Amino acid sequence: MNTAAFNRLFARGWLSLGYAFLYLPIVALIVFSFNDSPLPNVWRGFTLKWYAALPDDREMLAGLWLSLRIAFFTACGSVVLGMLAAFTLVRYRRFTGRTAFSGMVSAPLVMPEVVVGLSLLLMLVSIQRAVGFPERGMLTIWIGHLLLGMAYATVVIQARLQDLNPQLSEAAMDLGARPWQVFTLITLPMIAQSLASAWLLTFTVSLDDVVLSAFLSGPGATTMPLVIFSRARLGLNPSVNAVATLIVLVVAIGVLVASYMIARNERRRAQELAAAGHA
Amino acid sequence: MAGGPAGGDAAYLSIQDVVKDFSGYKAVDHVSLDIAKGEIFALLGSSGCGKTTLLRMLAGFEMPTSGRIVLNGQDMAGLPPYERPINMMFQSYALFPHLTVWQNIAFGLQREGLPKDQVAARVDAMLKLVQLGKFAQRKPHQLSGGQQQRVALARSLAKQPQMLLLDEPLGALDKKLREETQIELVNIIEQVGVTCVMVTHDQEEAMTMASRIAIMSEGSFLQVGAPADIYETPATKFVADFIGNVNLMPGTVEVDEVDHVVIGSADCKHYVGHGITGTHGMAVTVALRPEKIHVSRHKPADDYNAAHGTIKELSYFGSFTVYHVELPSGARLKISQANTARHKDDELTWGDAVWAHWSRSAHVVLTQ
Amino acid sequence: MAGTAQPWLRRLFSGRSVVIGLPYAWLLLFFLLPFLILAKISVSEMENVVFKDLITYKDGLLQLQLKLSNYVFITQDALYYKTYIASLQYAAATTVLCLAIGYPFAYFMARARPERQPLLLMLVMLPFWTSFLLRVYAWKGLLSEHGWVYDAIVGLGLDQVLLAAGFISAPGKLMNTPFSLVLGMTYTYLPFMILPLFGNLAKLDVRLLEAAADLGASPWVAFWKVTVPLSKAGIIAGSMLVFIPCVGEFVIPELLGGPETLMIGRVVWDEFFSNNDWPMASAVAVVMVLLIIVPLALFNKYQAEAQEAGK
Repeated sequence: MNTAAFNRLFARGWLSLGYAFLYLPIVALIVFSFNDSPLPNVWRGFTLKWYAALPDDREMLAGLWLSLRIAFFTACGSVVLGMLAAFTLVRYRRFTGRTAFSGMVSAPLVMPEVVVGLSLLLMLVSIQRAVGFPERGMLTIWIGHLLLGMAYATVVIQARLQDLNPQLSEAAMDLGARPWQVFTLITLPMIAQSLASAWLLTFTVSLDDVVLSAFLSGPGATTMPLVIFSRARLGLNPSVNAVATLIVLVVAIGVLVASYMIARNERRRAQELAAAGHA
Repeated sequence: MAGGPAGGDAAYLSIQDVVKDFSGYKAVDHVSLDIAKGEIFALLGSSGCGKTTLLRMLAGFEMPTSGRIVLNGQDMAGLPPYERPINMMFQSYALFPHLTVWQNIAFGLQREGLPKDQVAARVDAMLKLVQLGKFAQRKPHQLSGGQQQRVALARSLAKQPQMLLLDEPLGALDKKLREETQIELVNIIEQVGVTCVMVTHDQEEAMTMASRIAIMSEGSFLQVGAPADIYETPATKFVADFIGNVNLMPGTVEVDEVDHVVIGSADCKHYVGHGITGTHGMAVTVALRPEKIHVSRHKPADDYNAAHGTIKELSYFGSFTVYHVELPSGARLKISQANTARHKDDELTWGDAVWAHWSRSAHVVLTQ
Repeated sequence: MAGTAQPWLRRLFSGRSVVIGLPYAWLLLFFLLPFLILAKISVSEMENVVFKDLITYKDGLLQLQLKLSNYVFITQDALYYKTYIASLQYAAATTVLCLAIGYPFAYFMARARPERQPLLLMLVMLPFWTSFLLRVYAWKGLLSEHGWVYDAIVGLGLDQVLLAAGFISAPGKLMNTPFSLVLGMTYTYLPFMILPLFGNLAKLDVRLLEAAADLGASPWVAFWKVTVPLSKAGIIAGSMLVFIPCVGEFVIPELLGGPETLMIGRVVWDEFFSNNDWPMASAVAVVMVLLIIVPLALFNKYQAEAQEAGK
């Protein structure tokens, strides 16, 4: 076998094994959600009973409802803050404390969550002791998720904003558009897709978060990941498999639809970019 | 160096001692200029000379550090771009990709708050002007480069601005398209009658399109005038060398009369058929354009304005040929000769001994 | 008088200051301030969840009391500093493994046909978007007795290899070992390595490799002399995105690790939730931040450079 063919085989092999590695747990989750056995490890027979039991699982449903609401508000807030931060980083070259700002925006991406969660909690407790507000619960979790979400959103939006031809805003101003109009009529439509991506990304991040939620939650504010986590700590639990499969299904459909739409938009966007003149 | 409009019209655009200082670096260094209504004026210079900065100050994207810009009697100081009666056509066209051609052109009119039917009428008139009526509903990425440029032009003229700014208008086009577009562009601008300031690094563009040019270098004007004036009467060695090709021969004034001057150079004596402001013995430079020099094997009748040398290089351009002739002192003359006949029996070639000669009115004598 | 106040006021509420100010204020309040409070509490005395003041003024005496015993304890108690070292080691091992698996992966993705790349990318993103908690939980099942991976490894006798290398403590016990921990972390953080690397490698100009070949370099040499140096930014980004969070990782050690694989994230958690010792938890967290400050600065520098290059 010549080197070219070997290389191709090697590449294919590596990719296949890699993907198999990535998807193995997901497949296992799905398969064992249909397993008729309290131990989701040994196959005993096919059943749908774990799914049937889900609607009665109050704890899980309450957690899901809470997580969805927090995720929704996190996504909305993150996109707003992320857009402002992205604008600041791309449009405003010089202002006092720019390096500090840049560092603080991206730090939550890598900072261990135990540190962020603990420090944020300590601060919120101090505030609460001083002014009696806020109580630990949905609001405090939201603040923590917002911190994380903003970092992700900024990365996504900034990437798109940087690609934008600055002469487009200048042209709009030259034609009589005031800065606010430039934003709503020209910039916003052009970054709309990245805003949507950022929204979805931060929604997912919030929905999935364990550590921040653990530190910042209060009585009655148990998010779905916390429910799953406490069950998983105790051992293997088929109800978790059932929930997992549903989540995977929803995410898979979402990602497929989004990918298709993005691919279609990408092609159109590349043409538009070339036509608008890449500065 | 200030320049005034030809014909003595009152200045429509007046740039008064404008300076733009970027933390110690003077991008525009005390520039003054008056432009008449309806003129097409070009700022010509290589990159970094400050022409784009000056243009941006006219548009309102930069504010002068000092000096005034007055358009049609109105001081532009402190006015942001969206409040100036000036519109710009950008180098990259900057067409809004998510809007159609129609919407692009209508954009500025809609910002003025004009009623819908007026907007529509104006947009249709613009489309007719640039002959893009059929493409009104297309998006920019569905148009060719030349079509996009016409949309950009229509968009910048839609608001009937008092002044139009062009930033390297032909930079993005290939050579063939450039020639056609040059003429078309000038026609449309003259038809509309708008005063126009353009910025370019391309001499050809400036000379063919503008009625007056300013040569800019390191933030200031070196010379301002009509294209022919700048070409045939450059003020300095730099300008002479910048525009077109030129042969520069240093020499000394040997005879200084009111109606003629003789200048001695290393390889020849120049008989200049007009007087110059200078003194006997002064060091000067004689500038000769390549197309003003003739080359042949035969010695010319005049002792003056002739030099003897060997052809070292020759470049064939189809419609003309450029000969590089090495003179005894080692200096080289660039000579451009039109190929008026299809074949010549004694075609000049490398190594030939030739005589270069020129007329008594071909010189430009430069003192700086 | 209104005239002189106006320019200052106008600047304060101008569009620009709102755009910069809002996120800045948010970050100062909810990111920076908490850190300062964390540091403060780490040196505070706590009594029944109430903190004694650091600065007291009594009888004409201004006193500053910093309880440094927490820090002293950390440096002296073997459990603590060994856990820090272990955390750094596990994080480093995970980073190396992610790089070893992820770099070729990203490389082959980038070299695939352009039409296939979006699909390949999507297939990497999909697990990333699925809850990581659930996927880690799945590994619990896979590595427990009778799990698929367990059967495969023990069946092939690989557990003896792992035992010999010290990654597991007893044959046939794959869960709650360094092996399961690093495997779980590598699995979870692999996309964080692949994505920046892919972004970097996909932008690599193929013509550079052609030029190298033209100058006489074999593909292997061209890879090490051209591709790898040019992907340095991606390698650093990916490595930092894996290493730094791994140091303080909590969920994976909790689910897949055991008493012998204690990581510093769990120490913070336990001090806070189990021992209710907030100052101690804070001190542990502060030391953790100090440990990762160098990689953090490196990451920051990369981010800033990437922004400059992106212009």
